Parts: sequence; structure tokens; C-alpha cells
Amino acid sequence: MHKNDTRRSFNVTELTRVEGEGALDVIVEGDEIIELKFRIFESPRFFEALLRGRRFDEVTDITARICGICPVAYQTSSANAIEDALGIQVGEPIRDLRRMLYFGEWIESHGLHVYLLHAPDFLGYHGGVELAQDSPDLVKRGLRLKRVGNRLMEVIGGREIHPINPRVGGFWKAIAKRDLDEMVPDLEWALEAALATVDWVSGFSYPDLEPDYEFVALHDPDEYAIIGGRIRSNRGIDIPVHEWGDVFEEDHIEWSNALVARIKGRGSYHVGPLARFNLNFEQLHPLARASAERHGLTPPVLNPFKTIMVRSVEMVHAAATCLDLIGRYESLGAPYAEAPLRESVGYGASEAPRGLLYHRYALDEEGLVTDAQIVPPTSQNQLQIEADLRQLLSGILDLDDDTIQHQLEQSIRNYDPCISCATHFLTLNLERR
Amino acid sequence: MAKPSLAVWKFASCDGCQLSLLDLEDELLAVADGIDIAHFPEATTAHRGGPYDVSLVEGSITTPADLTRIQEIRAQSGMLVAIGACATTGGIQALRNLADIDEFVRVVYARPAYIQTLATSTAIADHVKVDLELAGCPINKYQLLEVVQALLVGRKPTLPTYSVCVECKERGTSCVMVADGVACLGPITRAGCGAICPAFARGCYGCFGPSESPNVDSLAAWWDELGVARPDLVRALRTFNVNAPQFKEASTRYAQE
Repeated sequence: MHKNDTRRSFNVTELTRVEGEGALDVIVEGDEIIELKFRIFESPRFFEALLRGRRFDEVTDITARICGICPVAYQTSSANAIEDALGIQVGEPIRDLRRMLYFGEWIESHGLHVYLLHAPDFLGYHGGVELAQDSPDLVKRGLRLKRVGNRLMEVIGGREIHPINPRVGGFWKAIAKRDLDEMVPDLEWALEAALATVDWVSGFSYPDLEPDYEFVALHDPDEYAIIGGRIRSNRGIDIPVHEWGDVFEEDHIEWSNALVARIKGRGSYHVGPLARFNLNFEQLHPLARASAERHGLTPPVLNPFKTIMVRSVEMVHAAATCLDLIGRYESLGAPYAEAPLRESVGYGASEAPRGLLYHRYALDEEGLVTDAQIVPPTSQNQLQIEADLRQLLSGILDLDDDTIQHQLEQSIRNYDPCISCATHFLTLNLERR
Repeated sequence: MAKPSLAVWKFASCDGCQLSLLDLEDELLAVADGIDIAHFPEATTAHRGGPYDVSLVEGSITTPADLTRIQEIRAQSGMLVAIGACATTGGIQALRNLADIDEFVRVVYARPAYIQTLATSTAIADHVKVDLELAGCPINKYQLLEVVQALLVGRKPTLPTYSVCVECKERGTSCVMVADGVACLGPITRAGCGAICPAFARGCYGCFGPSESPNVDSLAAWWDELGVARPDLVRALRTFNVNAPQFKEASTRYAQE
């Protein structure tokens, strides 16, 4: 098919190796992209509506169910928001335990994505199971990394999917130091495995694409932000979490069951590992920073395909930081903090594996939710994903349709999109005319 | 002999139950050796058409398109296994069944006309014949492994129908309700999680749904004695398995009192 005399359409009717259901519709006429729609058709589940009338202390258990891959992110952002509403202050030991639990989720989620979902794109396999037929030891390393993350969530959270121990104010049960100490050999292994992962993925070949991104992530001068911080960007945003609504807005577009977020007056932005890495490189654990520098990976990293390298670096950071935190951990006194109920509004955010996750709740005087707003990372990335696809596609239109389709899908997987979260992904339909 | 084929399907859900399959890190590659993973879009781009020996179905039926898709899946499947609270009872999103769906849509979406949804969220078995149900929000991955292994060799899987109380005894956890006065749904909730919550100093919140013949009224009397207000009990029953018949019947009665 000659590119200048026909209309081409590309249809990915069911996007694979992503969480949830989406599709991509593209129509190309000659060299011109007529239409490009990243459609999210995951069924709406209406969490913001069903949370109304629930009591403040049920919210962390309920919002976990938005996503089976990143429940701790939902639990953390919602707990932060409700603690903000009620004026609950959480001490350092609880913060440390929260970070370790959350790092468990990062290791689990990044391990899954790097080894089973994303690496197969670079190596020409359908998936991790197929990759395992040729490289069993590699995939076993990925699975074992994932297992260490899951094990950390089990020890601290009670189970890996929808942990039961986190609550508003802290945890139901204090975790004994000896239970964490038992994790040390696993984490030491995970640290080495994560370093080897950085070396491995650094050898992949990366398509050329360097969009002019506005990166948005939480920032904390004292740590690589995960459980809180100020919202920052590389173009001057620097606000406390409660000002999210002053700077960002959500919109509802026809082809999507997810709301899309944008910066007011500016448009698309990029959240996730790449944004964190570029904004918070100085706060990475020294071992993680060194592993990145060894492969020339220093800010600004603009190539979205290199998120697989950044995810690997973040696994190094997670394992190394957990080892430090366990070293200084002393059992909690009171496992959670409390405060009297009051009519209030609270705001919370955290860094889900896929990026910034913002929550806002209004409570009445009995602690019942009267209003909820949840803005997941994939809704924030949705416009940016479309922009990336346009830029990528315009540079590769003379390739054959199969190659184009593959690169577009891979490009979407750069974001590790979580469509279950966003609905509140991918089928590619590419039409050339 | 050809390996039995497995397909994994998703309806309205959080993906957590199908993730359980990938969370079997130590067993996953062995499982993949024993079966032909013919359709599992979350994990692989490879896809082979039906029929399939076994289909695992996650999620609940919530859209007009779901109604036809589940019939197509049933027609292509030898055994159909519903996995998780969404697929077996409608899940947390079945809270819409008690509410006005138009209001739910308006609360979340600026342009309700773009949204296609049913007024209810319902279990897979409300629409097609289901050969086996695996409870839980999320399911227990070892129960899933037991089901897959049993189906592979053609035996009936061993799954508990008794309550979480039995698992607390097995685990050696003292009763949080008797000893600490903590409200717990364990006596009416199906075992399978390993009685995690009481071991973490909190009451069971019923994520595995009702056990066989649960005595909800007896539990309600217990909770009364502990001083739990009836609206709190109603909400506890109306969470992850709100549409399970035994929880629905009891919570409707208590809500009307």
C-alpha cells in the first residue's frame, strides 16, 4: 500500500498487556493524521458516587477496589485526604511503615510491567510467558522481584491485593521489627536484581521520540516523594496539594469513559516515573542515582520509551530505601492517630506506580462522605498519550502497518496505563485512506 | 494429548482477581507449561480463538454490551468459572442497584449522554450458567491454583463453604468479638482468605461474601450488644458483596426498621 494514494486506518480493538480495556482509532490520509482517538471503554463503576454516605473510616478499604494493581496508592491518597480533613497528624514511624508498604507496591507493579508487560515489546515477544520459553532465568528474576514486593505488602498490609492493615491515621496493627527484619535477605537480593535489571534494559534499543513534556510530580526536598509532598512541574507549578483544582481541571470527552485532566490554559501533561525521575533526581537513593548515571541516564530524560529504565531505577531506589528504613525502624507506639469528627474538606495525593493520584473528600459532622473527587494517573496522562502517538505516528508513516501498529501499542504501554483506574484501554483501529 | 486451553475475560472490575494468576510467581511458569493460555489480554498479545476448555471470568455485568458478550463467552467455553466478588455477586459497584443510576452518572460525569450503562451491576450467574464460583474481593490466589489444578485433572476442587471463624481457630487467633468487643462479620462470611483481618486486630469486613446458611440475625444481635448502630451494620453488609442474596435480604430488612 503506497502511503500517498490511500487512506489507511489502524484499529487496535483490544489493547493487550495493560490493565483494563481500551482501544485506539487512527485514520490517516496520505501523510496526514485525520483522526487519533485513545478510547477508554472500561465500564464505569461510579466510585465517586457510591462513596457518598460512607463513613470516613470505610474509604480506604473501598477506594482500594478501584485498582487491583495499585490498591496501596488509593489507600494512601485517600487516607492523606481524610487526615487532612480531620486534622490528624501522623508520626515518623507510621510514615516509614507507609513508605515501605508503598515501595512494596512499586516493586510489585514495576516488576510486573518491566518483565512481563513491557520488555516483550523491545525483544519481540507476545508476553512474559513466551519470553520465558527462551529466557527462563530472566523471567524468573522478574517474577521473584515481583514476589519480594508482594511479600512486603503481605507482611505490612496483610495481603498483596487490597491490603487490610492500612487505615486512616496509620495501621490497625503495629508491625513488629522482627517481621521486617525477616524481609532483609529478600530485599538484599531484590536490590541486586534491580541493579541487574537496570543493566539489562539499558541494552535495549530505543525508538527516537523526545516530546516537549510538562512533567508533574510530587516533590519533597528530603525524600523521593511517594506518600506526599508539594505538586511541582518543570514549568513553574509549585503548589500544595489542596490547590490542585486551581491549576488543573477535568473534562469529559465523548470517546472515553474516563475523565481527562489538563493544566488550565496549557493542556496536556505527563505524570509517572519519568516525571518523578526528572523532578526528583537529587532525592533518589545514592545507589539508584549511581545505577542511572552508569548508563548515562540523567535529567532531563524525555524519551518515553525509556520509562522502562526509570522503572528499573525506581526498583533500586525502593529496595535500597526499604533496607535503610528497616535498619532504623522501631515498633510503633500507637499504630494509628485519631482526631474528633468535624464538617470538613480534605485533600490528599501520593505517587502511584503510574504517577500522581489526587483525592478530595468532603465530610459532614458525623464523618460521612458528602462529596468525593478522585483523579487517577491514567486520566492525567490520557491527553499526553494521544499527543505522543500523533508525534510518533507522523514520523513513521512510511513503515508498514504491522510495524506502525506495534510501535503505537508499545508507545501506549510506555505509560503502563491502568484503565481500570482511569474509568471512572487498548483496541487500535487504524484506518488509512 | 493437546494441553487444555484457558481464557481469561474481564467485565467491570479492578483487575485484581486476574492479577492473582500473575501473582502466583512461584507457580506461574509451571501452570503455563500445563495449559495453553489462549486468551489473556492483560498478560499476552497472543490470542487464539475459541472454543476454550476453561474460561475464567472476572467482573460484573454493567453495560448493554456486556449482556451479549457474556453469552458469546459462555458459548465458547467448556467450563466457566466466575472469579471474585464482582463476578459472583456484582461487587462494590452493585451499590448502584440501591440508588438512582442517573444520579450516579451525573455525580461522576459532566456529560452523562456519553455514558452507556445498565441500572444494575449483577453476577455472571444471573445471566449464564456458571460451573464454579470463586468468592473473594480479591480471590485467594491459592484457591485459584487449586481450581486450575483440579480442572486440569478433572476432579472437583476443594473449596470451603464454612465461615471465617473456622480459619481464626486454625490460625490460633483469639476471637476479636469475644475478647476485644470488636464488631466482626467473620461468623457469616465465607472462609478462604485465611482470616487475615482478625489477625491484624480488626473485624472481618466480609469481602468473601456470605458463608453457607449464614445466621445474619444472630450476628446482628451480637453487634447490637456491642453498641453498633444499625445504620453501621447496614453499611457493613452493603459493601463488597452488597448484592449477595443473604446480605441483601438482611440489610434491606434492617434498613427499613
